[in-house]
Amino acid sequence: MRKRAALLSALRQFFSDRAILEVETPLLCRSGITDPAIEPFVVQNGDSLQQPRFLQTSPEYAMKRLLAAWGEPIFQISKAFRNGEAGSRHNPEFSLLEWYRPGFDHHQLMAEVADLVRICLGERALQKYSYRQLFQDRLQVDPFAATIAELQTIARRHLDPGTLSGDRDLWLDLLMSHVLQPQLGQGTMCFVYDYPVSQAALARVVQADELSVGQRFELFVDGMELANGYCELTDAAEQRQRFERDNALRRERGQCERPVDELLLAALAHGLPDCSGVALGVDRLLMLATGASHIRDVLAFDWERS
Amino acid sequence: MAYYTTNDFRSGMKVMLDGDPCSILDNEFVKPGKGQAFNRVKLRNLKTGRQWERTFKSGESLEGADVMDRAMEYLYTDGEFWYFMESDTFEQYQADAAAVGDSYLWLKEQDKCDVTLYNGVPLSITPPNFVELQIIETDPGLKGDTATGGTKPAKLTTGAVVKVPLFISNGEVIRVDTRTGEYQSRASKS
Repeated sequence: MRKRAALLSALRQFFSDRAILEVETPLLCRSGITDPAIEPFVVQNGDSLQQPRFLQTSPEYAMKRLLAAWGEPIFQISKAFRNGEAGSRHNPEFSLLEWYRPGFDHHQLMAEVADLVRICLGERALQKYSYRQLFQDRLQVDPFAATIAELQTIARRHLDPGTLSGDRDLWLDLLMSHVLQPQLGQGTMCFVYDYPVSQAALARVVQADELSVGQRFELFVDGMELANGYCELTDAAEQRQRFERDNALRRERGQCERPVDELLLAALAHGLPDCSGVALGVDRLLMLATGASHIRDVLAFDWERS
Repeated sequence: MAYYTTNDFRSGMKVMLDGDPCSILDNEFVKPGKGQAFNRVKLRNLKTGRQWERTFKSGESLEGADVMDRAMEYLYTDGEFWYFMESDTFEQYQADAAAVGDSYLWLKEQDKCDVTLYNGVPLSITPPNFVELQIIETDPGLKGDTATGGTKPAKLTTGAVVKVPLFISNGEVIRVDTRTGEYQSRASKS
């Protein structure tokens, strides 16, 4: 608890030194996330509710609305909730640090994330790989070109996937999380950037070396996924398409559809400045700082005892 | 049997996988922030003893296996089967060679064993951690030689061969750790 307090204070100092404003946005929102891999908690009943509301899975949409209105760099440390995510590195209720930098591209923001991590964890060497280069170096496969069968074959060399079946992204996720991630950032910090378009989430998509890539990055420290950031998509029409594609995928997988956040789309239509943003798991940062092997060791009361 | 999803998987749970009963040893939730969720599950095949890790999609389910561990008394063997009895119900079970495996080396009549039942039939036998067995064949004891630390092979009533200190004589009863097959001490006088 003392270490958490010290960490929070160090984080706030970092942002205050850089004149980044702390903000607060609502936790209980009208729209849930459309991402098929993330499930929000839904609050069904209450005198103030005309319709169910969603506990936010990240403050991203609300912070982008502030950015569209203001254009100033902002940060937030808040609780976020993800239904069904519990394990040694996941607690369904967790603390997220999220910040946005107008005028930054994702490489500039990665440099700032590295500065922050050094303050919290001490000096560490910095490694950077593009997603494609990482797969080519470590697994001798081009993740943008490989077929599902090729990815399956590689996975079977490293682990027992049983009867797993799914799209290319499932196999890429499997290789990333089971084979590559455990080695990433051991004693260092390792950024992976420029993801396949299918994994771009809310990142801008650009052409690089004749490939379409999502300008998204993730940070891995001692084999743990610590942060996820984007050079943000600012185009309202494309954002609407991605929400609709998410919902189509949700239908395909037998999940319910999520209402699209019209307030975010209106803000994007009004104009979101070119910016980059990142979300970092505060509990995981604390785990790394204290050497804890289970997230419950850094929480006052974990899910089972909350 | 009931079905269990990856969220329910707990250490010690028994499930059916590829037609064999397996015990769950560990269950780790693995999920990339923006990607699909997996459970990496460590399992032991209760028939073969093989331990390994398999990855499932989160939310997949497996059928529970009708497997239970019971404390039973070992009765006797007729060479083909080994017979065990539940002390409270007096119900008897016969275990075949596949279920007994190498455990026959440590089975002494009237000892309490853990018998794992699968669909009501013994699947595996776990002898007590320590058993006391008589030596039926070993070189003559070297009286007084308790210091040199040398060992010699000794054959026990069950057929097991263990290394014992030189001062142990034929006919003595010794205490053996069944998990390692190592000599512990002379048996306590009883």
